[in-house]
Amino acid sequence: MSVMLDGKEGMEYMVMGNEAIVRGALEAGLKVASGYPGTPSSEIIERLSDVAKDAGIYVEWSVNEKVAAEVAAAASFAQLRSLASMKQVGVNVASDFLLHLAITGTRGGMVLVTCEDPAAHSSSNEGDSRGYARMMEFPLLEPGDFQEAKDMTKWAFEFSEEIGNLVMVRSVTRLSHASGNVKFGPLPRTEAQAEYRFSGAFLDPVAGPMISTGFGHRIQQEKLKKVREIFEDSPFNTYQGPDEPELLIITCSVGNLYCKEAIKALGIEDRVGLLKMGTTWPLPPNLIKKYLLMTDEILIIEEILPFLEDNVKVLAAEMVQEIGAKKFYGKHAGQIPSFGELSADLVIQSLADLLDLGYETVAQEYTDKASAAAFARAPQRELTFCPGCPHRASFWAIHNALELDGRQGFVCGDIGCYSLAALPTGFSTAKTGHAMGSGAGVASGFAKLRQFGMDQPVLAVCGDSTFFHAAIPALVNAVHHQADFTLIVLDNSGTAMTGFQSHPGLNINAMKDEVPALDIPAICQAMGARVEVRDPFDLEETQKTLNELMEYTEGTKVLVLKQACALSPEKKRVKSYNMQINEENCIGQDCGCNRLCTRIFRCPGLIWDEVKKVARIDEVICAGCGVCADICPAGAIVREEA
Amino acid sequence: MENGKLSKDPYNLIITGVGGQGNVLASRILGNMMVRQGCHVTIGETFGATQRGGSVMSNLRISEISAWSPQIPKGQADMIVALEPTEAIRLLGKYGHPEIKVLTNTRAIHSVGVIAGELKYPSLNEIKEPLQELTGEVWLVDATEEAMKLGNPILSNTIMLGALAGTGVIPMQRDHFKEVMSETMGQDRLEINLKAYDLGAELIKH
Ligand code: SF4
Ligand code: SF4
Repeated sequence: MSVMLDGKEGMEYMVMGNEAIVRGALEAGLKVASGYPGTPSSEIIERLSDVAKDAGIYVEWSVNEKVAAEVAAAASFAQLRSLASMKQVGVNVASDFLLHLAITGTRGGMVLVTCEDPAAHSSSNEGDSRGYARMMEFPLLEPGDFQEAKDMTKWAFEFSEEIGNLVMVRSVTRLSHASGNVKFGPLPRTEAQAEYRFSGAFLDPVAGPMISTGFGHRIQQEKLKKVREIFEDSPFNTYQGPDEPELLIITCSVGNLYCKEAIKALGIEDRVGLLKMGTTWPLPPNLIKKYLLMTDEILIIEEILPFLEDNVKVLAAEMVQEIGAKKFYGKHAGQIPSFGELSADLVIQSLADLLDLGYETVAQEYTDKASAAAFARAPQRELTFCPGCPHRASFWAIHNALELDGRQGFVCGDIGCYSLAALPTGFSTAKTGHAMGSGAGVASGFAKLRQFGMDQPVLAVCGDSTFFHAAIPALVNAVHHQADFTLIVLDNSGTAMTGFQSHPGLNINAMKDEVPALDIPAICQAMGARVEVRDPFDLEETQKTLNELMEYTEGTKVLVLKQACALSPEKKRVKSYNMQINEENCIGQDCGCNRLCTRIFRCPGLIWDEVKKVARIDEVICAGCGVCADICPAGAIVREEA
Repeated sequence: MENGKLSKDPYNLIITGVGGQGNVLASRILGNMMVRQGCHVTIGETFGATQRGGSVMSNLRISEISAWSPQIPKGQADMIVALEPTEAIRLLGKYGHPEIKVLTNTRAIHSVGVIAGELKYPSLNEIKEPLQELTGEVWLVDATEEAMKLGNPILSNTIMLGALAGTGVIPMQRDHFKEVMSETMGQDRLEINLKAYDLGAELIKH
């Protein structure tokens, strides 16, 4: 049973923002959904795939975001309603196709959901993809709470059909991954017939071929004119407050919730007005004018870049004759930073400053004392690979191989759990880190610097999902140009960082059907790379192989390290070994680098017993992988088949 | 609300712990229980890379009147439920005030810095001391130990929820716990979870 499908019309449920988006899409009669996993967007395709069969829809985890957009577009071309979902960095990948899609337009309602990560909680950047809506010229909607996330998504499909163009719905972490009450609407029961019509005239939007051409730009701009008109009366733009406020706040997305909370906290309901924009691009000029006329002081509150702020200012400049000069506060004037997340605290502070209100909830003395206690008693928690993680073993072998080699070799890192290889948990082996697949691409570049005297060995890593997403073209490039480096594919059988979504290397898809799995070593071999496959838990063999590959200077080499993620469904809470410490043998200070297991290897399943001066296994945390038994030079860590 | 009132509106509750402890699930169960009480609940949480051994926190805003933002403002938490004791201390500077209440599991999870010997993990007494000094009321339970006696350390979260019910700070109902759990799991696991919930409530009474 899934509340997404079984949730009843008119009832309220507590759901995540991403689930609200899913329900909205289902209420709109969605037929096809595609995406590539990425926090905070993953639950959208995940929940849809849970109900795919019962709802009679097609759902897939595409190989990357560009392909996801293409798959969803095909459905739209065939007059079905479709959705593509991704995180902010994915929009960059998809943008190549989306730019052209904006020109050909769409047929069945098509929605692009982008879930962004202000403060980069689980991202390598906190990019703001709203700029793409303006650049690619398609409309942008930003829900301001959980209910709206559902209602707006539903409406976005109808709207897309009305204007014949893609519609972008943008969420952020504090909406996507937050939960709140949502009142459900009815689910339609529709039979869909897919048909792609292409026999009409070349530019016929209903029956012609979908081909992106230079002529399309004029039509695209005409569509936007219509969008502006529709947005003028949108119920997603709301105002709360007095008719003549001292200060007008204009906000969007979760800024709405923080502003409401700040206004209540300060008790300034009679002094400030709150204009919440749901349709943030293109802005409806008449509506903006109406509210700008209310007051001369305006504060714009939004997350990351001053997107709304800049667009409002352009309109204000155009209308200056009618509305007079305005004073704007926000990011440019320094009240709100252009990075990181918003919070009620930030909004409270900027409002209190602007309106000259004192605001303090807790005595400074208490806060100081509590912060001091935290500093003294709550040791920092660094991110680390999980207990039993194959990456810890892989990077241990990689680190040791590089040390043994001694020529200042390094790893070009990539995007996945193994990005942590830049930290002590991965023995600080990764020295570059950018986009999906960039490890292999950057390494192939380094490897071509031999003629300029670079003699450091170059390694690159990527995960199995990343391999298919974007490492393949980089590897093609490397093999073709005979770039001498070793790509290490850390194959843990799933897209582990985002929660085990399927990818082409597995024999199961998003709909849980059995499908052909693509064989990574065979693909690399077919490309002409020298390929080896090892088990990273076999530390000795892995290290030996790596050292051999680093010695071998001809062309591109691939080492596939295959071992399932410790959190994978088949491994979670199943121990291969029961671990024990033989206290007699543990030599602590005298072993290798002084407590090799805990000071250097650092698996959280190991604890150092300060009193007895021996290592200990934490049986609640240890995953029973058995690797640490091979680390200990004294044979003090003993494994026994579980 | 039919079944007991909130002592404050919104009631701001934080569930905190370490990545991998099941924090998110515990907060969703509690959130769903409170929705069944007729409340508006907003839960703010972050997960993703934060699962990998870092501190994890869920903000629950429980209200009889309206929805609130997903982040509790500074100094405004009413209750902290900590699945790991030092995590409770960590939050007091930002969210605490002299009347805040804390319920914590006493089982330590050592961070990598501690495992590596670069940082020191405090003794139970060193943990108790600031908690007692900086809060209105503290409950300490050895939920993990009790969970292992029931056969599975993961049950410690359910024990903590039961203990939270036992403190009586918010109106929680055992029937609602049962309803919410039975929607997500089979009969066999439901039984043991109910047992853990009751055990948690018992631990507070003594
Ligand atoms: S268990 Fe082995 S590696 Fe760890 S401290 Fe003891 S002797 Fe050293
Ligand atoms: S067996 Fe050793 S390395 Fe593996 S999880 Fe347990 S403590 Fe960590």
